[in-house]
Amino acid sequence: MSDIMSDVLGLVDIPLEEFGVLGKDEYVSEVVNRPSVGYWKDAWRRLRKNKLAMIGLCIIIIYTIMAIIGPWMTSFSYRTNYLMETNIRPNAQHWFGTDVLGRDLWARVWVGARISLFIGLVAALVQTFLGILIGGVAGYFGGNLDLVIMRIVDILSGIPFLIFVILIMMVIGSGLFPIIITFAITGWLGMARLVRGQVLQLKEQDFMTAAKAMGASSSRLILKHLIPNMSGVIIVTLTMRIPQAIFTEAFLSYIGLGVKPPMTSWGQLANAGGQVMQVHPYQLLIPAFFISTMMLALQLFGDGLRDALDPKLRK
Amino acid sequence: MGKYIVKRFFISVVTILVLITIVFVLVRLLPGDPFSDPLVPDEIRLRMLSYYGLDRPVLEQYGLYMKNLMQGDLGYSLRFKGRTVNRIIADSFPYSLDLGLRALFTAAFAGLFLGITSALNKDKKWDGLTMLIAIVGVSVPSFIMASLLQYFLSFKLGLFPVAQYRSFMHTILPTFALSLGTLAVLARLMRTSMLDVVGMDYIKNAKAKGLSQFQITWKHQIRNAILPIVTILGMTVASLLTGTFVIENIFAIPGMGKHYVMGIQNLDYPMISGLTIVYGTFLVFSQFLVDILYGFIDPRIRVDKKN
Repeated sequence: MSDIMSDVLGLVDIPLEEFGVLGKDEYVSEVVNRPSVGYWKDAWRRLRKNKLAMIGLCIIIIYTIMAIIGPWMTSFSYRTNYLMETNIRPNAQHWFGTDVLGRDLWARVWVGARISLFIGLVAALVQTFLGILIGGVAGYFGGNLDLVIMRIVDILSGIPFLIFVILIMMVIGSGLFPIIITFAITGWLGMARLVRGQVLQLKEQDFMTAAKAMGASSSRLILKHLIPNMSGVIIVTLTMRIPQAIFTEAFLSYIGLGVKPPMTSWGQLANAGGQVMQVHPYQLLIPAFFISTMMLALQLFGDGLRDALDPKLRK
Repeated sequence: MGKYIVKRFFISVVTILVLITIVFVLVRLLPGDPFSDPLVPDEIRLRMLSYYGLDRPVLEQYGLYMKNLMQGDLGYSLRFKGRTVNRIIADSFPYSLDLGLRALFTAAFAGLFLGITSALNKDKKWDGLTMLIAIVGVSVPSFIMASLLQYFLSFKLGLFPVAQYRSFMHTILPTFALSLGTLAVLARLMRTSMLDVVGMDYIKNAKAKGLSQFQITWKHQIRNAILPIVTILGMTVASLLTGTFVIENIFAIPGMGKHYVMGIQNLDYPMISGLTIVYGTFLVFSQFLVDILYGFIDPRIRVDKKN
């Protein structure tokens, strides 16, 4: 057995003295050969491998760029009525055609994209901010304050979201900023609950005790330890909120509570198109295509982001 | 369990009271009053205000409002002359209930079926197809789906009636459009839940005991996987209900949702507040029932709530 082994390894004729320590460099052996991979880089690497999420991201980026430059690519304004040219099918001049009032649909679609995306992003950010603030306070300080806040959240979240939104919009009116304010008032509940749960969980962990023992102040504990540890979950929820806000805005526009004309949004374009769809189907199909693909893209990207960022769901 | 039910019930009642109060405050916050038309002489205006009790202190108005509500009186519609909101709700409720129940059953059965079959065929073609349906269902807003179905299937191909709600054929498109989003959510959740359960010890145990694959899937996997689905039933009812707002409009179905949207467009405040309270109460109680149901089905939830 050992003969065969030494034959194979070709060690037969090497005397023992030939073996020796060639030298050991402490520094070299400690050098990290590859760049270290942090949480964000790791997540990005995993996200990049997810094809569907990357397709989603591409669509989101393209639509965002088009929302910025799209209205300038045509010489027609989104609000000027070309009354001699109403309901023109898509052609070389009006790329997406014109609507009932002779407004250029290409310009309107991209101005609408601005509004829809702006509402989605800002509403999601404001909701997240309020949620972190209120949920964080409840979870961090605990006690009676926590009890009172969570009871309020329990009770308010019993009221159906859309009905709540509709009621508030009735009072403060419709338009871009009323919509954002309304979404902020009604949308922080879920985020507050999530953040509170996270804070309660993290508060008991060893690194928090250690930081506290070393004399870290409350603000340092919250800003440097709690929030970075929650950021994955928060970003995932934030991404999921954006399509929800766009969806709600489209819904509100559809029932007549959205932004005011001549300003427009994707939901409003779909509503206007729906009314003339039997005669001019492209007026519905074009905005419908953009809303649906954008929702799909956000959904796919959000799913991918969740898989990449949330270690608990990683299996 | 008794304590849990009482607590849930208490929260539900408070929620409804808060909702009613919010509706009351918001409607009073609206600028002007129903008789502020400059053509109405001042005397008549004052008489109308006193007739409706609008000249009294706010607290007294609130008391009166609550009293009327407790007696089930939702007031008169401003839009439909001489018709009470109660009457309108009584007329339109059966349509909404019918549509809602159809959509709920469609979404539940089809959603669970798709979720279960795709989990059993994980990573095969059927799984991919199902998840594609699910992601499209989540992405395409119901009002767009409804308009597209109406255009292509009814208007172009003439397979279904374009609108109204008279026969079984009339119900198919609205039901499908309304249930698609919920169906998709249920299918995705059920699939995840099935895959979560499949690695559990009791499944291995069932296998070791020599049960047939059918029995394992049917009696052990599905039964356990369906538990988390119950928690979102309340949310499902809510989304179906708010979905009826647009679906009823698109298909010209004379249900409550259509009246709600018309009320919003016509600023018919008694109608809006009445319907809001009815919807809200209905949803809060369906959520309450779901919570109780879940407490019965899964005793762990009662323990969790305590901690």
